[in-house]
Amino acid sequence: MTERTLRILLPAIALAIGVLAWDLVVRIKGIPPFVLPSPGLVFAKLFSDWPILGPSLAVTLLTTLQGFILALIGGVGLAVLFNQSRLVEYSLYPYAVALQVTPVVAIAPLLLIYLPQPAAVLACAWIVAFFPVLANTTLGLNSVDRNLVDLFRLYGASRRQILLHLKLPSALPYILGGVRIAGGLALIGAVVAEIAAGSAGAGSGLAYRIAESGYRLDIPRMFAALLLLSVVGVAIFFALTLLSHLVLRRWHESALRAEG
Amino acid sequence: MIAPAMGPGAERAGEGMIPGGAASPLRAIATLRGVGKTFPSGVTAVKNLDLDIREGEFVSLLGPSGCGKSTALRMLAGLVPPSQGTIAWRESRAPGDLSFVFQEPTLMPWTTVAGNVRLPLMLLGRDKQSAVPRLQQILERVGLGAFALAYPRELSGGMKMRVSIARALVTDPKLLLMDEPFAALDEITRFKLNDDLLALWQELRKTVIFVTHSVFESVYLSQRIVVMTPRPGRVFQEIVIGAPFPRDGSFRTSAEYAALCRTVSQALAQASGPAS
Repeated sequence: MTERTLRILLPAIALAIGVLAWDLVVRIKGIPPFVLPSPGLVFAKLFSDWPILGPSLAVTLLTTLQGFILALIGGVGLAVLFNQSRLVEYSLYPYAVALQVTPVVAIAPLLLIYLPQPAAVLACAWIVAFFPVLANTTLGLNSVDRNLVDLFRLYGASRRQILLHLKLPSALPYILGGVRIAGGLALIGAVVAEIAAGSAGAGSGLAYRIAESGYRLDIPRMFAALLLLSVVGVAIFFALTLLSHLVLRRWHESALRAEG
Repeated sequence: MIAPAMGPGAERAGEGMIPGGAASPLRAIATLRGVGKTFPSGVTAVKNLDLDIREGEFVSLLGPSGCGKSTALRMLAGLVPPSQGTIAWRESRAPGDLSFVFQEPTLMPWTTVAGNVRLPLMLLGRDKQSAVPRLQQILERVGLGAFALAYPRELSGGMKMRVSIARALVTDPKLLLMDEPFAALDEITRFKLNDDLLALWQELRKTVIFVTHSVFESVYLSQRIVVMTPRPGRVFQEIVIGAPFPRDGSFRTSAEYAALCRTVSQALAQASGPAS
């Protein structure tokens, strides 16, 4: 059996054993669904409650996507600005770090006071997700081959040419590394803010559904929503890994190893 | 040509010795006088360097590692300003008149061979369409005609260096500066690239300044070898290598070559002093 089949088969077997054990424990001990629902019940809830969960999933996905894209623009944009102007970098970088190390769950209630709920949730997703993009892009822009810089200078390249044709392409593997982290973090930021917001309404995301189900002791729906959230997280990670691989496969070592 | 053992070669090398820097100024395209470089760290890499670069010649700067020969080359390229002395050029230079080949191939990994070779033309603002025939021509000339669309990662070390040389030649420069370009290659590849470089030089008649720490390489390639002292680097001795071109494998195995290598090795040993 090849390494590759094992990598897919073994986790699948582990999952099957886990779900089976979960199901058996619930059946044998006769645990009521409001304490621990059986896997079958969770799946059934996923379908029966889809009219509620589906739109919530869309809301959370949209917020995550918006937060992610804004984080990408903000992170790369700020890193380029910092790279071009040391004055701006020294003035602002410490505050970017401060924003990152302050727990977002503590910032969320404050944002919810000043901003309408959707904007506050988006802001939280952005705050959590932009920093890895900023930090990685900054590292990438500073990791340019010195000889290539000399080569560009030799032919009289402008700052703009050096940025567009040398620094940004050099930084691309680093940017994509930051992007992969940011994708997952945007989801976390959105979920944290939704939970902190906690108000009902048409525009309520999956995290709100989890909190709401908790109040109503609808534990099967809680599990169903949780399942959706983790599927979204995994899907984001794989999509961004694939993107990174496709962009880098012709030239970068990280993609070379993934091929071999 | 096969010279008799121990004879003309050594004599020729003996005759050709020139006291440092006092070469004919008439044909010089660049004249260095009292050039020195001290880095902010306090290290003096080059001191009192006097050197003339003559049009169309193949000259090697030979010295032990860290003797400042790379720094001298970078000052010539204008990448590093000298701390003392002057570098005078016979004609004013435009970007593209001077090319640099680094010790590493220094290619952009994110673009193809063609993209790398086109870089100087793009930076000089030449139009993309008119560059295509020139790219194909120069790639053919270095033996990479079939690899225009390959990425650097897909090439061997020797092929990457050929790309680097093609990129340096694409603007049709007058002066080619090479900083130990073949030092990281295996011997078979290095010999092949030495031969190809000589063929290119004879065909294109560029002025080549070649930095190396290999006595054998410098003797094989050069018309003139400038032996430098260890840090701070200055010219210890200039040795003319009068062997005719084209040079090939038979020159490499000749007694004349062996004798020249011995002469140059001795000069290098004297330059390095007893302490090394």
